[in-house]
Formats: sequence, structure tokens, C-alpha cells
Amino acid sequence: MTDENNAEPKTVNRRAWLKLIGAGAATGVLPAGAAAANDSMGAMHHPAPKAASPADEPVPVYEFLNGDEAAFVEAAIDTFIPPDEVGPGALELGVAVFIDRQLNSGYGRGDRMYLQGPFIEGTPEQGYQLRMTPSELFRNGILDVNAHVRDKYKRTFDALSEEDRIAVLTQLEKREIQLPTVPTEIFFNLLYDLTMQGYFADPLHGGNKGKASWKMIGFPGIGVMYADKIEAYRNKKYMSEPMSIQDLL
Amino acid sequence: MATKLKPVDIAIVGLGWAGGIVAKELASTGLKIVAFERGAPRATNPDFMAPQVHDELRYSRRHELIQNLRKETLTFRNDPSQRALPMRQLGSFLPGEGVGGAGTHWSGLHWRWTEWEHKMYSGTVAKYGKSIVPADMNLQDWPIDYHELEPYYDKFEKVCGTSGKAGNLQGKKIDGGNIFEAPRANEFPNPPLTQSHNMVLFEQAARNLGYHPFPVPASNASRPYVNPDGVALGQCHYCGFCTAYGCEANAKASPHFTVIPLAHKNPNFEARTNSYVMKVNLDSRRKRAVSVTYLDAGGREFEQPADLVILAAYVFGNVHLMLHSKIGKPFDFQRNSGVVGRSYAYQSMGGVAALFSKDTYFNPFMGSGALGTWIDDFNSDNPDFAKLGFIGGGGISSGSNSGAPIGRRPTPPGSPRWGKGWKKAVVETYHRMTAVGNQGSVMSYRQNYLDLDPTYTDSFGRPMLRLTFDWQENEFRQMEFARGICANIAKEMGAEQVLSRRDRGRYSIVPYQTTHNTGGTVFGDDPRTSALNKHLQSWDVSNVFVVGSSVFPQNAGRNPTGPIGALAYRLADTLKDRYLKRPERLVSA
Ligand SMILES: Cc1cc2nc3c(=O)[nH]c(=O)nc-3n(C[C@H](O)[C@H](O)[C@H](O)COP(=O)(O)OP(=O)(O)OC[C@H]3O[C@@H](n4cnc5c(N)ncnc54)[C@H](O)[C@@H]3O)c2cc1C
Ligand code: SF4
Repeated sequence: MTDENNAEPKTVNRRAWLKLIGAGAATGVLPAGAAAANDSMGAMHHPAPKAASPADEPVPVYEFLNGDEAAFVEAAIDTFIPPDEVGPGALELGVAVFIDRQLNSGYGRGDRMYLQGPFIEGTPEQGYQLRMTPSELFRNGILDVNAHVRDKYKRTFDALSEEDRIAVLTQLEKREIQLPTVPTEIFFNLLYDLTMQGYFADPLHGGNKGKASWKMIGFPGIGVMYADKIEAYRNKKYMSEPMSIQDLL
Repeated sequence: MATKLKPVDIAIVGLGWAGGIVAKELASTGLKIVAFERGAPRATNPDFMAPQVHDELRYSRRHELIQNLRKETLTFRNDPSQRALPMRQLGSFLPGEGVGGAGTHWSGLHWRWTEWEHKMYSGTVAKYGKSIVPADMNLQDWPIDYHELEPYYDKFEKVCGTSGKAGNLQGKKIDGGNIFEAPRANEFPNPPLTQSHNMVLFEQAARNLGYHPFPVPASNASRPYVNPDGVALGQCHYCGFCTAYGCEANAKASPHFTVIPLAHKNPNFEARTNSYVMKVNLDSRRKRAVSVTYLDAGGREFEQPADLVILAAYVFGNVHLMLHSKIGKPFDFQRNSGVVGRSYAYQSMGGVAALFSKDTYFNPFMGSGALGTWIDDFNSDNPDFAKLGFIGGGGISSGSNSGAPIGRRPTPPGSPRWGKGWKKAVVETYHRMTAVGNQGSVMSYRQNYLDLDPTYTDSFGRPMLRLTFDWQENEFRQMEFARGICANIAKEMGAEQVLSRRDRGRYSIVPYQTTHNTGGTVFGDDPRTSALNKHLQSWDVSNVFVVGSSVFPQNAGRNPTGPIGALAYRLADTLKDRYLKRPERLVSA
């Protein structure tokens, strides 16, 4: 993205959000070209969604994430899935709001996990063995990453340049950074999975605004009866305006 | 202290297909029956209504319909030298919970097992001699054969409105059906589902290679249907939200709208939901069950006396209740003796992914849980065990089940997992990737078993069930062989790239594989190697019967619920025709 952030030691939600709106507007000028470009790839079913005008977009209100955490999440998801001519970015689709709600939900609070001790480190095949719920793990992971980044770059993750953010996430993915509190791999996978879930889940859950990721890949959403289509559309592109849960209520 | 309740005739634990079928069949006897279900009551309306039921995050990721591990889970290790640790999050398999059990959210592949799959030991030894069986493999026959079960298989298909095409009608082989299936008395109640593009390609490719493709028998109704009990099933929408979801159309057969409401028509039948059975209580001589202890939703403890107890609590529930209640001899790995917990088996899911040219549209979102085209040419005892070096086989297929993108967003290997390159790869790949899969049989071994964990307890304070399981050489060979066949078929289908991975890693509890767990309360003719006799009656406590895939001595290369339903119908007949008339041991040891 831009270099201007390099000069900024700290970003608050609000700033991250304004930055996003800038990004959204930038993709907003692309739809026609993007659609054409993608059609030639034979994979684009729908024109890219029109970015909402900044005036329509309320600043996201987070239930769970504090300012530092929100800034981290916004920056991380924007790095995982940046906006470009292929399709929208995670931030503009509300994935940060999705993650915030998930962490505050029964899932985030570990309500269906077995969380009694003794807690003993096992083999990878034995799976998750920490005493932390997903939201506790997430919080600790952000503190860990920000501590590492502050050490190395003298600023928090969200204030890094795009290049540096990519570098940090890559090192996390390759486990080249050892986080002190949470296992790097587990934190990275949680952050990654939540990002993908928010990007592709039904908009009901706060992400995938405007069903934009569905439009991008050509997934027609829910509620379509295909009994009379499955034969007719064999090896044919199927197009329809995707429907979501709220559209059909 | 438990509140003691008024006695009933029959207590059933678990209300999935197994418990639901037995409940429905016995309710008409007029006997007082209580069925316990640890989960919630469920009905299509309001629980599975559109549009909310089509929520991938809620059902397929957060597993709303699956067992709540906070209350009860198991511990796991790969081999007996390790310390087992709790399965703290769902992964490898997804046991059901709530009325209908896993039948509310299964996919609906509805098989009859082949003749050999009921007689794996004698069938194998007759062909290859005893020496082919590895020393640690517990290869065992069912105590009954296919022909005894055929009428029950038939009945269960009709109840479910199974869609398919016969390949062996009374011994007559029919092209287009599964010519390797055992002879069936009747055609399927409904015609096959409509094929998707990848299935058409698979069928053609398999034929070109000399194989015998056929439509997977699917309990996703291909047309509106009324079953012999008078229950209406709707036509499948091919909605693509099937596996792990309830069906809004009642097109996917499930006990919650078929057998269970019919049980409820009898005033002598009662289902107690949100009721967790802790234990079966025995008399002082440990020869008879006298009651079950359960907790209601508020955690209050009750004791329900009953003359007959039927365990239908899936593999893990059945084995756990037997062990915790001390019914039958627990399996002892060191001594290789005892039976309860012995011969746990699973299933392997492998195959290849296949990437086609850029103008290909598979429309993966048009599909149903059981929509697929399959070959049995390398399944059952069709492979040459001596030549290939393994016992068993695998079903090879290509299907169209779901395009929901949290779970299905393929990219070619080597693509980045995130960033701009990832996004481009996802968009370019979504429509043109399909798969040819292998569902491999898994044999039972001394070292793969269930027992009680010495350390961990569930939220009720009971010792947890401990699972010890790993893949064995026999299974690796089957997987590798089948992967080669899958790759050839994918190439013949016209794939530009066939993507597969040679993987001989240890079994992991982490990624979802399949909920086709078997064994632990095996039925058989020999009390030294089976917990139950051929009538599914405990050898030791004669008023306890057990039903479900926990009774299978080992697993086949196809899904288990067809035989579970057939066995449940047969059990109901055994009880009505024999046991309830003279409640005693039906086989002397
Ligand atoms: C996602 C998925 C897809 C599947 N697809 C297929 C398929 O296509 N074809 C196929 O053949 N099979 C399939 N299966 C497997 C199939 O669902 C099961 O084999 C079948 O439903 C088992 O029926 P059951 O009655 O034995 O057990 P369940 O349906 O598991 O029922 C057991 C019931 O017992 C209850 N219970 C357990 N313990 C207790 C206790 N202590 N007290 C009270 N209640 C208790 C549980 O809550 C549960 O409701 C699938 C499974 C899953 C999860
Ligand atoms: S695919 Fe068919 S059977 Fe499955 S849930 Fe949808 S309508 Fe029901």
C-alpha cells in the first residue's frame, strides 16, 4: 500500500478504518476493468462489487477487541487478503467485525471445548492441548506479535509498511518467529482461519459484505434449487445474483 | 442422590438411526419404553428451516449439530507407549447429538455391504489361506451373513427412499448398477439422482478403463416419495448444504422425521431429551441390568429401572457405557484378552484432486451429500490380496457435494496461502477443480482399541474413553494402490493436472476425515473375541443389547449406516419374536 504509514508510530481503529475507506475507494474505480480482466481469465462471474461510499459506512464498533487489538486485526487481514483488481480485501468486507464477534461468541469463549486439566504438551497428532479458549489465545497472540514487532521495528504491527507486514506474517507462517506465550503455529492458524471464514461466510456474521467474495469466485450463495439446473448447467457457467440468509428472510 | 423412578419395560440409550428404528419397531408392542437422548429434541420445523439452515459457518465449521465436547470427549494416542490426551476440539470425526443423532446431518450414502464384507475372515482364508492374515490383525467374520440381513437392508432402503440403480437383481447382473453388489430382491425405491459434470466424466473414464461405474445409492430422494410407513420425503434440491446440515426438504432420510415420530404415536413410548445416561446399573451378581442412571438438563440425577436395556449410543457411547458399567470383559492390550473396546477400526479417505482446463465449470455448489458415481472394481474382495499385499479395498468415486467456500476453496499446490497470489489462484481454480476419492477399508488390530483413560475424566466425573489408533501397513498399501487408480481415472477424465500426495504419516485426530468409526462391542460366535452374540446380546449381561457400528468386527471400504439400520430392524424382530417372549440368553456360550 502506501509508505505514509511508515512515519506513523501508532494507528487507532479509526485511522485504520479511514485508511480502508481509501483502499475501498481505490478498488471502487476498478469494477469495469476488473470484470473485463477476469472474464478473460474465464473465472469471474460477476463484476467486482462497487465499494460503498465512505459516507454510508459507519465506523465499526467492536464488542471484544480493544483499540490495539482492532488495529492489529485490521492490518493483518488486510495483509492476508488485500484489495486488488481480482477482488475485494478482507478489511473492506468487514472481516475484522466478523472476527470480533466470533471471539466474543460461545465459540470464542470455548463453550464446546474440553478445557479441564491436566494440560500436557502432546504430539501434533493429538491436537490442541492448551488451557486457553480461542479468544484468550488470540489476545495473547497479538500481544506476543506486537512485542516481537516492537522489538525489531520499533512500532506495532499495524504501523508497519505492507512489505514488512507481509514479512512478519510469512515468518509466523514458517514458524521463524517463536512467540513467547502462544505457539506460533496455533496463533497463525487461528488468525488465518478466522480471516478466511469471515471473508467467505454468510454476511449474517458480519464479514463478506455485499456477498462480495461469493461474487468474486462465482459461488451463487444459498437458497437455489438446482434439481432442474444440474443437468442443464453441466460444464456451463451458472450465473445468478447470490442470495444470503438475510436476503431470504 | 438419584431419584428413583417408576420401572419401565425397556430403556433405549441414544436416538439416532439405531435407537430410533428399535424404538419405532418396539413401540407397537405396547410395552413401556423410555428412550434417552443426551442432546436436544429436533424437528425439521423449526430446527432445519431455510434460510438459516444454509449457514456454512454455523453447521460446517462450528458444528452446531455435533457432540458437545465440554461435557464429554475422549482421549487419544497413536500407540500404547504414548500418554493419551483429550480431544479438546472436534476434528477427525463428528459424532451426532440430539434427536436423530448423526442421521440428521449425515450425507446419505446408503450401502448394503457385500457378501464378503460380512465374512471377511472366512472369505479371505478360503481364497488365500490363513498365512495371508498378519499376526496382529483381528480379522473376523460377522456371525450372520448377507442373506440373513437382505430383507432388513431392503426395508431400510424403502424407509429412506434410497435413490439408486440395482446391479444385481436376484442374481441377474445389470449394467449401470453395481455388478459387484450382493443379490438384492428388489430394485431401489427411487431412481438415481442426476449426475453432475464431473460424474459424467468419471463414468465415461471408468468405462474407458474397463471398470463398472454406477450411481452411489443415495438417501437423498431423487423424487417426492412416500415410504411404506406413510412418511413423505420431498425431492432433493441439490442445495449443496447437506453434509453436516439438516435438510429443510425432508429429502435426506433422517430418523427425526421418519421412525422417531412413529414411535411417538404410541402413548407407551417416551423420549427423554437432554438426558445424559451415565451408567447401566447391574444386580449384585452382575448378571442382569436393573436400571440406568441419567442426568437431566439441570444436572439432577435419576435412576430409571428397566427390564431391558438397549445401547444405541454410537461407537464411543456404547463402548464407554459398557466399560464404565462393567458389562463384559474389558479388552487388555498387554494380555491381548477381553473384548469390550477390542477391534476399533476406522476408514481412510484419500485419492487425488484433478485440475481441468480454464473453460471447465463443475458447479460444485450444485450437489447433495450422497451425489456421486462410484466403482467397486477395487473394493470388497475384488482386488487380488496376494498380489497387492493388502487385505481389503476401497470405493473409488467422484461426487458433487458442496461448493460452500469456507470449506471448498481449492488452489493448485505451490500457490500462496494468502495475499494477492492466493486470491488470484482461488478465483482461477474454484470452478475447474474436482476430485477422485478413495474410501478405504480399515482392518482391526490388537494395537487399535478403546479402554478407559487412567487420568482424564469427563465433566460428570467418569473416566474418559481412551482411543488408541494408528494406520497400519496393510492400510497404507491399500491407500497407495487406490491413489494410483484414482490418478489414472482423473487423467482419463481429461484433467490437466492430477494432484496427489504420498502420505504415510501417523493418524491425526486434528483434521476431519470421516465419522465412520467401528468396533469395540463386536458381535460374533466366540465370547473370547466378541462382546455380543449374534443377536447383539451381551454374552455376560443378557438383558443388555447393543446396536450400531460398534458391533462391526472391522470396517469396509464404504459407509456404515446401511448395515446399522438393517441390524437395528433385525434386532427389533429378534426382541419381538424371541427375547420378549422368553427373556433369556439367546445363545449359550
Ligand atoms: C457429517 C457426517 C456424514 C456422514 N455421512 C454418512 C453417509 O453418507 N453414509 C453413511 O452410511 N454414514 C454416514 N455418516 C455416519 C452416520 O451418520 C452414522 O453411521 C449413523 O448416523 C450412526 O447412527 P447411530 O444411531 O448408530 O448413532 P448416532 O446417530 O450417533 O446416534 C447415537 C445417539 O446417542 C446419543 N448418546 C450417546 N451417548 C449417550 C448417552 N450417554 N446418553 C444419552 N444419549 C447418548 C447421541 O447424542 C446420539 O444422538 C456420516 C456421519 C457424519 C457425522
Ligand atoms: S442436498 Fe438434497 S438432501 Fe441434501 S440437504 Fe439439500 S435438499 Fe436435502
